[in-house]
Amino acid sequence: MKCRKCGQGAVIELRRHNAAFCTPDFLDFFRNQVREAIRRHRMFTADEQVLVAVSGGKDSLALWDVLIEDGYRTSGLYLDLGIFDYSIESRAKCERFAAERGVPLIVSRVADEVGAPVPVIKQVTRRPPCSGCGLSKRYLMNRVALEQGFPVVATGHNLDDEAATLFGSVLHWQTEALPRQSPMLPSTHPKLVRRVKPLYRLSERETAAYAFLRRIDYIVEECPFAKGATSIQHKEILSRLEEVSPGAKHNFLFGFLDRARAVFERVEAVDLHECARCGQVTTGTVCAFCKLSDQVKRAT
Amino acid sequence: MKVILRNPRREVEVRGGRRVKDVLRDLEIIPETVLVIRGDTLITLDQLVADHDTIELRPVMSGGCEPSAPGTGHPRLKPASRTSPQ
Repeated sequence: MKCRKCGQGAVIELRRHNAAFCTPDFLDFFRNQVREAIRRHRMFTADEQVLVAVSGGKDSLALWDVLIEDGYRTSGLYLDLGIFDYSIESRAKCERFAAERGVPLIVSRVADEVGAPVPVIKQVTRRPPCSGCGLSKRYLMNRVALEQGFPVVATGHNLDDEAATLFGSVLHWQTEALPRQSPMLPSTHPKLVRRVKPLYRLSERETAAYAFLRRIDYIVEECPFAKGATSIQHKEILSRLEEVSPGAKHNFLFGFLDRARAVFERVEAVDLHECARCGQVTTGTVCAFCKLSDQVKRAT
Repeated sequence: MKVILRNPRREVEVRGGRRVKDVLRDLEIIPETVLVIRGDTLITLDQLVADHDTIELRPVMSGGCEPSAPGTGHPRLKPASRTSPQ
């Protein structure tokens, strides 16, 4: 198989684009897709400080790598979830990545903020571990960004992540979730920072290929709690669909963003308050993070 | 030929002298879900692999986190309700 651009031997085929690329041309393709995402959605400017949420996995480190290479002013944020050896290894990979490139890395421990690490939160709440973990991540990303003066948080969500989330929302017709499904969530309150997903145009396989070809040392092992997660099941279903119909995931997500998302926009604005306890934004009186923290502290 | 699989890491021996896509089909692995690595580079599905080759099939799928709730930066959605008899 030959590279579509230069005719040399290809290292990766992208069936949804009916193309194959050699290493340099694939890296160019990848970076151009990230640039297009940033440009199209006005995610951030070259003058803004970007907080990149990194997990030690392929997506977030690939994103950080592209942004550094393109000269953006970035800092990493690693949230230590306290998930046994997985967290120890993933933190080490983030620290090594940052040190090798001379970029700052902020580390925040969930155990310090919530009162216990994710495995204990799982036991206390008797809910799937991804629930307390996701809540803590979203809260801490926003709070750290606010406290340290970052106007924007960038996450490594890719096309597969977004398509799987959309699939789950549509499967249950969670219409209130659909307007929130966007590559760029603007700040709707002085205490909510902008959230962006510059990898949303790139598949999971493409981000893995970029990370591998750039020799990024990322954690290949999956989070021990992710096994059997609904989002993974949805990804598997979509991958089978993609196999018989290349471009299906892309068309599903981009068709929604281009033609359907606006239909689900709320007419009335969501009423946002500041949490009576921590001051962060919530729709209620006390935010879900403070409630979780209370629950954990009572039980431990 | 040797095939290295991950999560958990293990090795299997399969017949070489055929294309990567045929190896994946035998192992019932969807090509979209893995990188195919030989040595220090990636190879495409049409490449021939020999009996003396070693390839790694590295999974690309990750996930687990739930989406955020409408209008806010962090509170979670209520879980989707189960169907009830009509």
